[in-house]
Amino acid sequence: MTRVAWGALISHWRRQPLQLVTLILGLALATALWSAVQAINAEARASYARASEQLATGTQAIIDRPGGGIALATYAQMRRDGWNVAPVLQGRIVLEGRQVTIVGIDVLTHPAAAVTGETPDLTESFLAEGRLFARPDLIARLSGVPDLPPLQANAAVPPGELWTDISVAERLLGQTGQLSHLLVLDPIDAGDLAPGLRLRVEEGNDTVQLTRSFHLNLTAFGFLAFGVGLFIVHGAIGLAFEQRRALFRTLRALGVPLRRLMLVLSIELLGLAVVAGALGLVLGHLVAAALLPDVAATLRGLYGAEVDGALALRPAWVLAGLAMALGGAVVAGTGALAKLRRLPILAGATVVVWAENAGLGSRRQAMAGVALAVLGVIALALFDGLVAGFALLAGLLLGAALCLPLCLSLMLRLGHSAASGPVAQWVWADARAQLPGLSLALMALMLALATNVGVSTMVSSFRLTFTGWLDQRLAAELYVTARDDAQGAEIEAWLAPRVQAVLPIRSAGDRLNGQPATIFGIIEHQTYRDHWPLLQADPAVWARIEAGEGVLINEQLAYRQDLWLGDQVTLAGQSMPVVGVYSDYGNPNPQAIIGMDTLLQLYGDVPNYRFGLRVPPAQVDAVRAELAERFDLPPGGLRANTEVKQVSKAVFENTFVVTGALNALTLGVAGFAILTSLLTLWTSRLPQIAPVWSLGLTRRTIALVELGRSLMLAAFTALIAVPVGLGLAWVLLNVINVEAFGWRLPMFLFPRDWALLTGLALIAAALAAGWPAWRVARVPPAMLLKVFANDR
Amino acid sequence: MLKIDTVTKSYDTGAQHHRVLQGVSLHLAAGEALALTGESGSGKSTLLHLAAALDGFDSGEITLNGAAYSGLDDRGRAQLRRETLALVFQQFSLVPSLTVGDNILFHARLAGRPDPAWAAEVTRRLGLSDLTGRWPEALSGGQQQRVAIARAIAARPQLLLADEPTGNLDEDTATRVLDLMLELVRETGTALWLVTHSEAVAQRVGRRVHLSGGVLA
Repeated sequence: MTRVAWGALISHWRRQPLQLVTLILGLALATALWSAVQAINAEARASYARASEQLATGTQAIIDRPGGGIALATYAQMRRDGWNVAPVLQGRIVLEGRQVTIVGIDVLTHPAAAVTGETPDLTESFLAEGRLFARPDLIARLSGVPDLPPLQANAAVPPGELWTDISVAERLLGQTGQLSHLLVLDPIDAGDLAPGLRLRVEEGNDTVQLTRSFHLNLTAFGFLAFGVGLFIVHGAIGLAFEQRRALFRTLRALGVPLRRLMLVLSIELLGLAVVAGALGLVLGHLVAAALLPDVAATLRGLYGAEVDGALALRPAWVLAGLAMALGGAVVAGTGALAKLRRLPILAGATVVVWAENAGLGSRRQAMAGVALAVLGVIALALFDGLVAGFALLAGLLLGAALCLPLCLSLMLRLGHSAASGPVAQWVWADARAQLPGLSLALMALMLALATNVGVSTMVSSFRLTFTGWLDQRLAAELYVTARDDAQGAEIEAWLAPRVQAVLPIRSAGDRLNGQPATIFGIIEHQTYRDHWPLLQADPAVWARIEAGEGVLINEQLAYRQDLWLGDQVTLAGQSMPVVGVYSDYGNPNPQAIIGMDTLLQLYGDVPNYRFGLRVPPAQVDAVRAELAERFDLPPGGLRANTEVKQVSKAVFENTFVVTGALNALTLGVAGFAILTSLLTLWTSRLPQIAPVWSLGLTRRTIALVELGRSLMLAAFTALIAVPVGLGLAWVLLNVINVEAFGWRLPMFLFPRDWALLTGLALIAAALAAGWPAWRVARVPPAMLLKVFANDR
Repeated sequence: MLKIDTVTKSYDTGAQHHRVLQGVSLHLAAGEALALTGESGSGKSTLLHLAAALDGFDSGEITLNGAAYSGLDDRGRAQLRRETLALVFQQFSLVPSLTVGDNILFHARLAGRPDPAWAAEVTRRLGLSDLTGRWPEALSGGQQQRVAIARAIAARPQLLLADEPTGNLDEDTATRVLDLMLELVRETGTALWLVTHSEAVAQRVGRRVHLSGGVLA
């Protein structure tokens, strides 16, 4: 019996392959977007883990000196005293427009030089003095850089790092006689350390922490994409059940028990989910492979985190993808099965009945939507953090989606009451009748549109703010990085009579309220007063900084530690009031600025080899040429602010390439949802079209009405999606960004973008409705006549 | 064989309580043919649906071969429909995704007693041999009804319940289809209960009962 019943159920798909294809594709697309995001996240995390494991850069004990480096002489003395420590000189330079980390080690003492296992032993290689070791992909990118020592490929080196002998690192970083830190090789007692030095256990790789927000954002996008997909799957499965409602009734009338029928349908559903999930994984892999290079660029630009460009097949995301496909099918199928359970054998068997029943629930749906939105607001009020922010987002978006059918129904009712001619009245009434069958697809479209509006508003607002911030922050025309302090002093002296101002860029590392931070010192100069992007400031901010009576902190630090004007910050044991907060979109870490004298007083002899130069624009090229000719500067040691801005803007644009791509994909999926629904509703359209046709409307006119109806519904949906998207943008800018990155951005409105997006939505709807409309235009009259003959 | 004993059935339609059947009793012997007539809304289809174990009743009892319907769960009712009964609906209820040939064999397969030779004989007698490879939607109303009847008889049921089986057919076709159906049930010893509003059809069946206002006349 089961086999026979199954055969009958399966035969439906043989006769309606389009429905089967749309069902599988809907679920596959949903899985694809989700698994693509998961694949990217998994790959990035694997890269971080690899970086931690390779070359012993995992959790390790190190000795450093707060606020500065360790003198080579100190290290030599410690070795003589029997300390088993290895010296490391580490710093970052810009090569070919991207930052790379130079790690200088002592080949005889550093454990990385004895890496064993699958990777080759580096010791011998390091003895070839002057070589730089890096992963092959980095070497390929740096092959054209002039003045670099010979490069040698080694897969054991972490991504984005150049490992070399410490003497080569000194030359490249322009730091002579200074070490970043010492690696502790044997256990020591912190009490034995010389004054000024400290022992700490370093999470060798804090990339995981830094990038968590980024990945959470991506995951949220993945969920959103899956949510949109779920609407499609829900619609497709629901309609697939409804289309077979007559068959279910027949099967039950012929003696197939309800439980057996539900079991068979559940197995069928799970089978379809596995097939669709597998297809989705393949598609997801392709999407992830296409997006990964941009994600890698984003992570590198934002956090300096390196991710391999190649995508591996990882069990974690494969299982996650399949689980979501099965979960999605179960969620979508449970409702349909529950309906089947309640279905009396003698109930009516048309899609229209189902559609009418669905329509009855729109009011209840809207109430649930409002409740969801309220729950989101409550979650944000009760809990802090990014998860609460995303709960608010989910509540708002899902709530708005659930309210959509009722809103559209009201709009159509208004239109109907205003319509005068019989055809117009039929069009409005027909649109209302079709609404329940299309509502899931329209919800998907609204989610996609609202997300597009929200994210594009956020990105464009961010872009405007960021560009303005760059112009302010990069006020100096030229930036110079000398090889070391000695060369720095020489350059400074040489430049003094030739430029308007030499602004030293000196900094020390410290921990502010437990967080690693960089403390900058500035000299007294009008440039800062004119250009520094202050968000909050004491009226006498610059005077107080110069007098050593206050500290400026960046926005990230202010939000994370809740430090604002007048609050106290402790720097190197000295408490100082906050006299200003400045925006800082260039890095995710805490920063502070104090007067140069105070910096030197608190942190001693901090390096002085980086300068910003104020030069009349007309003389920039000449000064630059002279500097390059006269001084042996390290690679990337001389850069105009235009170049820095260009690189920064490129990094910014890269950051949102993935978001843009996911946006476009989500919109595409939503367009597909409309197509799916229209095609699935096709068979139920004939009984509605036939009477109008028989009354004198041509098939062409009816086809145009079909197309127009879809466009009208898409336009109404877009109309509702814009305010929802703006709400989403507000949450992104004022809640999510603050929690994730520590900065709050002003919101700008871009009506042109909305118009463009609405246009895109209409095109998507037209494309989706085009085929069904064409079918209406070409439907043979005999088929329409059958509607009357068969008394369906 | 089939015994209906003081069965009542009512529906709630909004605020109204509508009593469709009021203590109906009826007996049908094995191999017997019975026509149930009545005006529209008299409750004849409802009574047939109760006899087919498609719907529950409020009070009374229905037994088939001694088995009481009230003691059956969904599985038991389904088994009854599958193995003992066969139904012919006014609206055919064919499986649109199966060919005519597969539809005719479908119920017999579900009952676990497919007999292709008998099915072919029934198909031939009902004039459907040339249509077995076609889809139901490609057939006329009369052809679809003949397929529904063939499906029911091919399953060799003990009791065939037919609800207005010729209601959608023209007079000539209706007469032909009815004659064939009566002939086939006589040959197989199948009991037939036919619901109709047509006096002419009822007269051809033999025994007839009339239902009016939920009560048998």
